[in-house]
Amino acid sequence: MMSIGHHVGDELLAEYASGALSEGWGIAVATHLALCPQCRRRLATLEAVGGELLDEIAAATVSDSAWSSLAARIGHLQQAPATKPARQPLAGQITIPEPLRSYVGARIDDIKWSRLGSGAAQVLIKTGDASATVRLLKIPAGKPVPEHSHGGRELTLVLRGSFHDSTGTYGPAIWKRRMRLVSTSRSPAPARTASASPSPTRRCASAASCCDCCSRCSASDRAVRDKGKTKP
Amino acid sequence: MSFNWKIMVAEPFSAKTSSGPVPTYQDKPDSPTPDDLSALMMAVGRDRDLQAFELLFRHFGPRISAYMARLAADMGTAEELMQETMIAVWNKAALYDPAKGNVSTWIFTIARNLRVDALRKDKRPAFDLEDPALVADDTQPADETLQLKQHSELLKIAMAGLPADQGKLIRMCYFDDLSHSAIAERLKLPIGTVKSRIRLAFAKLRSAMEAI
Repeated sequence: MMSIGHHVGDELLAEYASGALSEGWGIAVATHLALCPQCRRRLATLEAVGGELLDEIAAATVSDSAWSSLAARIGHLQQAPATKPARQPLAGQITIPEPLRSYVGARIDDIKWSRLGSGAAQVLIKTGDASATVRLLKIPAGKPVPEHSHGGRELTLVLRGSFHDSTGTYGPAIWKRRMRLVSTSRSPAPARTASASPSPTRRCASAASCCDCCSRCSASDRAVRDKGKTKP
Repeated sequence: MSFNWKIMVAEPFSAKTSSGPVPTYQDKPDSPTPDDLSALMMAVGRDRDLQAFELLFRHFGPRISAYMARLAADMGTAEELMQETMIAVWNKAALYDPAKGNVSTWIFTIARNLRVDALRKDKRPAFDLEDPALVADDTQPADETLQLKQHSELLKIAMAGLPADQGKLIRMCYFDDLSHSAIAERLKLPIGTVKSRIRLAFAKLRSAMEAI
């Protein structure tokens, strides 16, 4: 879980810095980074680790023609040195930072939600990552987080408002509504799923894509979840 | 072959590929320092200095190839990705800011992003420092170059001093594109062990860097 005050842990941040973190989790981590200068400074350290490792890696042999062909390719490039792109002016009221904006659009108020019941709504975010399901949730003030259960880990990033559960209170309560970006995982190890949630009576009202534990998941949710898995 | 980096950088270069034998740093006993690399990078960014770029290529090309080869199907693909990385370095050279990180770190991030784009099915979501919706960092002083240099030296020492099991896990994570659960699977270790070793390693690196 994370929000400002609950930061991305080193081990997760290292997965992101190394490039190993897959897309679903990366959306939550990178969007948190956009909102958290402190974690961006910590990321810089972990990227410096990557730089040191690149320096000490056992160098490969490159072909004899590598430099001449590189020089030739550069010679064909337009001689326009890169300049820093100008900061884009605010187009309307941009409230959602990158990278999440590329997935759901710029404004929270323009998002097309699917209703979940009890006033809650969600958007399933399509990714190329079969290891995680990413959803944006909208939960009215005072209402419970839609009940769900799944194996493996879950990351929650609060975009607006706050929520609390048995592990604590998350997010600064400065907005009228509550928002969560939830990234849920199917556990890669079946044994782990069983030990995490052995109860046959568990329900799966919102995180439909996390498990096959009940029949409450909608067919469309399952289709989204299974999409990545059926790819060759 | 002995070779003086500082003099090479200080000399005016013609924008021509050097003729004759080019130095290869694999057989050079002392590697260029981060300062040497930074000066070369600045020369490329400022003057489009092809000879400085060639020296960067001699240092980083074989390393980037090795990094790509950890994931690529064959050496041909690895070398092509190395070339693409170096072209991106050439194109973005003017954006290199020595106050934000050393050259190796900057090139690592470019190579990492290209490797994910080329060799993985999913994307690597990234924030954008120019994004108006990003929460800007107001606390960072304008120029941290000196502190960064000290950090970089301390980091190098601290990484060399990591216990073998921790260093191995970090290399698997950075070189082999393996998540912690994939590392755990491969090494037949409990995921908790992998995570705690990695946490421990980074705690050591951080405390070493804060010991200025």
